[in-house]
Parts: sequence; C-alpha cells; structure tokens
Amino acid sequence: MKYLYVAATQEVEREALAAVTARVAAEFGGPVRGMELGSVDFAFDAERRQYGSIPVLDMLLRRCPQDAAKLLAVTERDLFIPVLTFVFGQAQLGGRVGVVSFARLRQEFYGLAANREIFLERAYKEALHETGHLFGLVHCAEPKCAMSLATTVRQIDLKDDAFCAACGTRLRRKPEGTQV
Amino acid sequence: MKTHWQILVVDDEEVMCESLAAWLREDGYVVDTASSGRDAVEKAGLRDYAIYFVDLKMPGGMDGIETMMQIRRLHPEASIIIITAYATVDTAITAMKEGAQEYIVKPCNPEEISLLVNRIIKVKNLQRENTILRKKLTRQYSVHDVISKNPRMQEIMALCGEIASLRSTVLIQGESGTGKELVARAIHNSGDRASKPFVAVSCAALAETLLESELFGHEKGSFTGANQQKRGKFEMAGAGTIFLDEIGDISPKLQVDLLRVLQNRSFYRVGGSEEVRVDARVVAATHVNLQQAVADGNFRDDLYYRLNVIEIRIPPLRARREDIPLLAHHFVERLSHELGKDVSEVGEGALRLLLDHNWPGNVRELENAVERAMVTCRGPVLTESDFGFLAQTAAPATAWAVPAGMTMQDMEKVLIAATIERTQGNIKEAASVLGIDRSTLYEKIKKYEIQR
Repeated sequence: MKYLYVAATQEVEREALAAVTARVAAEFGGPVRGMELGSVDFAFDAERRQYGSIPVLDMLLRRCPQDAAKLLAVTERDLFIPVLTFVFGQAQLGGRVGVVSFARLRQEFYGLAANREIFLERAYKEALHETGHLFGLVHCAEPKCAMSLATTVRQIDLKDDAFCAACGTRLRRKPEGTQV
Repeated sequence: MKTHWQILVVDDEEVMCESLAAWLREDGYVVDTASSGRDAVEKAGLRDYAIYFVDLKMPGGMDGIETMMQIRRLHPEASIIIITAYATVDTAITAMKEGAQEYIVKPCNPEEISLLVNRIIKVKNLQRENTILRKKLTRQYSVHDVISKNPRMQEIMALCGEIASLRSTVLIQGESGTGKELVARAIHNSGDRASKPFVAVSCAALAETLLESELFGHEKGSFTGANQQKRGKFEMAGAGTIFLDEIGDISPKLQVDLLRVLQNRSFYRVGGSEEVRVDARVVAATHVNLQQAVADGNFRDDLYYRLNVIEIRIPPLRARREDIPLLAHHFVERLSHELGKDVSEVGEGALRLLLDHNWPGNVRELENAVERAMVTCRGPVLTESDFGFLAQTAAPATAWAVPAGMTMQDMEKVLIAATIERTQGNIKEAASVLGIDRSTLYEKIKKYEIQR
C-alpha cells in the first residue's frame, strides 16, 4: 500500500503540522503518514538569506520512503528559486515530492500582529495547492479554487481551502485517484 | 487555453532553467529548456514558441542578445523576454532596441512574471483569434466557395477574381436576396485590398442628410448635434472597398456629390473646408434597373456611366434552379451546426417542392425557408411537410390569362423579353428557343426596345 506523507523540518511548530496533516488527510482521503526531516540548512543561500527550494526537493526525492506515493514537506524557512524573489511552495507537477513554506503565510512576516486563524487558513490552502500539483493539477482560472495561482498572501486569502468542481473532477479522474 | 502555448527557457545554468520551467509548467504551459544560445536557435527552428525567456549572459560566443537576434530572424513576431542579473540602462536599451518585448531583472517578483506572461498570452490569443476569424471570413466570401454550378454564376465568380485587384468601379445588379453583397465581398477578398477594410453602407436605410454625413463625415458644429468631428464611411474604408448598397435609392443631390467623388477621387466633410482624398474602391449595387431609371430621368446618366465601369448582373434563383439542391444541402449542413439540430438531408419530396417554388426572395428566401423547416422538423431528414409553409405563401398558380386588348405585337414583345430573361441574355439560345434566327431576334429587340 502506498501512502501520502506529510513531512516537516525540525523548526515547524507541531500543532500547526498536525492541523495541516489533518486537513490534507480529510481532503485526499488518508491514510497520511508523518515524517521528520531535520534541518534544511544545506539549502541556505547566504547572499539571499533564503533557502533554495530546488535542493530541498532534491533532498526529498532522495529521502522519499518506498511506500510513499507522494511526499509533501512543510518548513518555516523562506524558499526561493533563482529567477524569483520567493516561492510559497514548489512541487513536481504530477511527481512525488513537494514543499510548502510557512514563512510568508504568517502575519508577522509583514510586520503585523500574529493571527493564528489567518495563518492556518493560508497553510491549509497552500498545502492543498502543492498536493494538487503532485496529483498533476495545474493552476486554475477560478480565483476561489485552491489551485488558482497566488503570488501574494492577499490572493491566498481570497481563495477557498477547497478545490473547485472542475479540479475536484480532474483529481477523481486521475488513475490513482485521490486515494493513495 | 494555456496548454496550446509553448514556452522556451534559455539559460546555461541548469538550476535557473529548470526552476523557471517548473514554475511555468505549474501554470499549465508546455515548457522546453535550452542550455545555450545555439541549442535555443536549433529548437526555435523546429517550432515557434509563444514566449522565449532568454538569459542575457551566456558563454560559448552566443549571448542573449545574439540568441534573440537569431530567433527573431526565424520568427520575426517572437515574444522574447531577456533576463539578467545585472541591470544596466545600456543593456536594457540594447535588448529593447534589438526587439526584446520585455526585460526583467532576476530575481523578480512572482507577481511580475505571472502578469507579464499572462499579458503576452492574452495578446497571442487575440492575434490567433483574429487570424482564425480573418481566414474564416475570407473563406466565407472567397470566390471558390460561392455555391453554384450555374455557368453564368461561374462566369461571374471568374470575373470577380480577374477584376479584384483593379480600382475600377463595379456595379452589381440583381434582385433582392441574390447575394450582391456576397459578390462584393468576394471581389474585395480576392484582391490586394483583402487585408484592408470592407465598409458596407445601405443607401436606402438613411435619410438624405444623414446619409451625406454617414458617407462623407462631418466637422464639429456643422449642424445641430454634431458635437465632434466624425469620419465618414469613405474615410473608414481607407484603401479598402466601400460597398454602396441600394445605390438606385439615393437622392438627386447625393447623386451629384457621389459623381464628384468618383470624378475627383476626393471630397469635403459636411461643414468642412479640408479636402479628403479617396483611396477606396467603390462597388455599388442595386435591385432596380438603373438603365431604366436613367431613361425615366430618375438617375443621372453621368453617374450611371461612372458606376457602371464593370457591370455584374446576378441571375435570380429561378433562373438557376440547378443550384437549389446544392444550396439547400449547404444550408442544412451549416444550420445543423448553428442550431444544434441533427438534420443531415433534404428528402426527395422536399427537394421537388423547393425546385417548383418560384423564390421571389431568391437565395435569402431559400436560406430562411430551410432554417424555418429545420427549427420545426423532428427527424434527421427534411420532408415535404416540413416545407408546408411554402405552399401557403406561394402565389396561387393560375393559368396565364391573356389581358384584354393585347395585340399580336404586345404578345410578341412579352414573349421575346421573357425568353431573353430565361436565357440570361444569351441571344443565340433565345433565338433557338423562339424558333427564329438571330438576326430576326436582333431586329425585334431593336423594334420593341427590349432591355437585354
């Protein structure tokens, strides 16, 4: 049997990790397994003071368990790809591994007072978004769909933490289905 | 549809190339990568990409600017985005001068790159839609697609092709519904003016003063309500074609104005003092017999001769009955898509009915009849009963009664005129039908002043 894994780097707050894992399990129909990843300091870029998402994905591929159909990692580190200033997350389209960064989902990042409810809502949406990519979904034109492209937290806030009917249908049509 | 568009990312750094490609793939695009300028040019030679992301600094003697120039040689309309880590005004100017559509400095904000790609794709979609519509329009009115196997119609379509690139004025005469505008568009689309505007004006639809302003435009304040300057149809047509439909219905004053335009190839806007040049070709059409209108004093003979440089007379549908089955099948095929009805055939009985009908409204009436039948029909074949309404609208068929007081000469005149109309002006054929020789027929035509 193959499982959907939700893995976390060492600094991720466990309570938030549990909430996100539960949300992913509910959406994709479990069973979901957990995994500890330790540190991602190897991906640190001193010049940019951020973490490269490409080396993180490479590490995930190397450490992906045999029984993992998909592996979604969460980290508190701020991720980037060379051409962009940051990414909220990245996943192999239709592949095995993806990562979500919580760093820019927190109000504190923008100098605002912490708000746990807002942070968790954003975390759910981004976790669903990157997992959707793992199942082969591309960005959706429906702004409320979890698969719509968000390049700002404001755009994330406008989304629902659910797939639109069309993306939901596409997910169910996948050979492996949403059940892994 | 994003999936139709392909993007090429060109960068010698694999991580840069692959990460941008992966990010764009998540957006639904099909993305290829190239690790050098040469690789990029080779790939561009195999297919045209919607967008090229090209890194400015690449080793191997071929930098981003050189790569861009070579891609543009292959695809002059290519949308190329130059990426650089070192922004200087000089490199930006060089990139833009050499034809880069955009210039971005990495790392750039995800929102910026997403908006940029969306903007370019939106324009590409509009361009593609425009090309498809233009092709569709050209095909719709191309001389090759006019549906007729009638020899006279085929002569007309051949003539349209021959005269398409000339500037000479064309006068199209024919009954309502025979397709005068279709022929005018076929002339326009077959020649050098195809890419220029085709502007149609119905002269019968507007009052004299309105038509004057419509044709020639007006200056601000030239009359009450003229709040701003307005270009007329002649100006809008530019170097294209202006189609003046129902030309026989224009007033004597407008006849003078139009004559002046055709003579001088220029005009003044209403209330204006600046001369405006006319480059458009004029194609006019009418359902009335203009020669008769000239004889009756209702239409200026000098304007008639100016318009009638090339004359096209479209025969009515009743004079080319062999086209009725062809046209009926064509309308069924087209309308079944438009109406979403699964109708594929016209039954034998229905065809007989269509062939017997007189079609005073010509092809337009036939099209409307087929559409009406298709709306109400229940099966895949149009039957006689689906066209039942034709019997109700047709004039009752009565035996021809000789009007009281008709002389032998009157009778002969009517018979000759009807035969000439039926043979579409073919004197040899008419003489043969009437059982007289051609010279006798010519004498009688002259004697009775019959229009040919």
